[in-house]
Amino acid sequence: MILQALAFYVFAFVVMASAAMVVVSRNPVYSVLFLILAFFNAAALFVLIGAEFIAMILIIVYVGAVAVLFLFVVMMLDINLTELREGFLKYLPVGALIGLVLLAEILLGLGVIGSTPSSLGALGKAGPQVLAIDNTRAIGRVLYTQYFYLFQVAGLVLLVAMIGAIVLTLRTRPGVRRQRISEQLYRPKGDAVTVVKVPTRGGV
Amino acid sequence: MVIGLGHYLFVAAVLFTLGILGIFLNRKNVIVILMCVELMLLAVNINLVAFSVFQGNVVGQVFAMLVLTVAAAEAAIGLAILVVYFRNRGSIEVEDINAMKG
Repeated sequence: MILQALAFYVFAFVVMASAAMVVVSRNPVYSVLFLILAFFNAAALFVLIGAEFIAMILIIVYVGAVAVLFLFVVMMLDINLTELREGFLKYLPVGALIGLVLLAEILLGLGVIGSTPSSLGALGKAGPQVLAIDNTRAIGRVLYTQYFYLFQVAGLVLLVAMIGAIVLTLRTRPGVRRQRISEQLYRPKGDAVTVVKVPTRGGV
Repeated sequence: MVIGLGHYLFVAAVLFTLGILGIFLNRKNVIVILMCVELMLLAVNINLVAFSVFQGNVVGQVFAMLVLTVAAAEAAIGLAILVVYFRNRGSIEVEDINAMKG
């Protein structure tokens, strides 16, 4: 039990520290790498609590797809790093003030809900509930029966996102000569070949 | 030393606040703003999964998966818009994005 608590504190600390580094880091590439670290540690937190499937999906989707996408875009754009940091200190006071107020409000809300004996406090003291079947099987049973249409809609969202990204970034440059196979194949014989009647001993 | 629901909610609250803070601080860099949105969505996911596990109800994890899907779609579309914008303007500063006079 003490080991689990220790692991939780380590992972939670690394998540929060790397999230802070995402915000304050000078180079966007370092920001992306700290984002990957934060996702890995959040996945470890999920494993600790017993939600293994979501943890693995988090690593596959976020680290494997989203973070690599960010990394590619950061590396492809030729941005000036010093210009990007201007205004950081200018917005720091108001940003820190709003952040602190928001954090205080959220924690106050948690405290108010946690003080009532019925809902959150009892839930927190009960500890993680162990299901009779494993995590992945339980999710599958709910996802493919009760929320099947939602699952299909999620696939549709991904399809629309893919088409949108392709349509947005595809560009046809003018002046590029490409092979047009269908035009080649459907060219009539009259365009390609001319029959010349060559007179005898005259040449063409 | 029992790790309860409150611990997870605290981590999620701190992550969400850091995301908001990042949106305020990085006014010049749209990429970092998109990363901060991802951080906030991660905080939402931690909340959903924590509630789901401590309640013994697996529906919260299903919803966390759907949030993950939407986050991936949002990142793809946002970065595509960013690439097109950078191709046209040569800059990714927030203050320069005023073509629509909104």
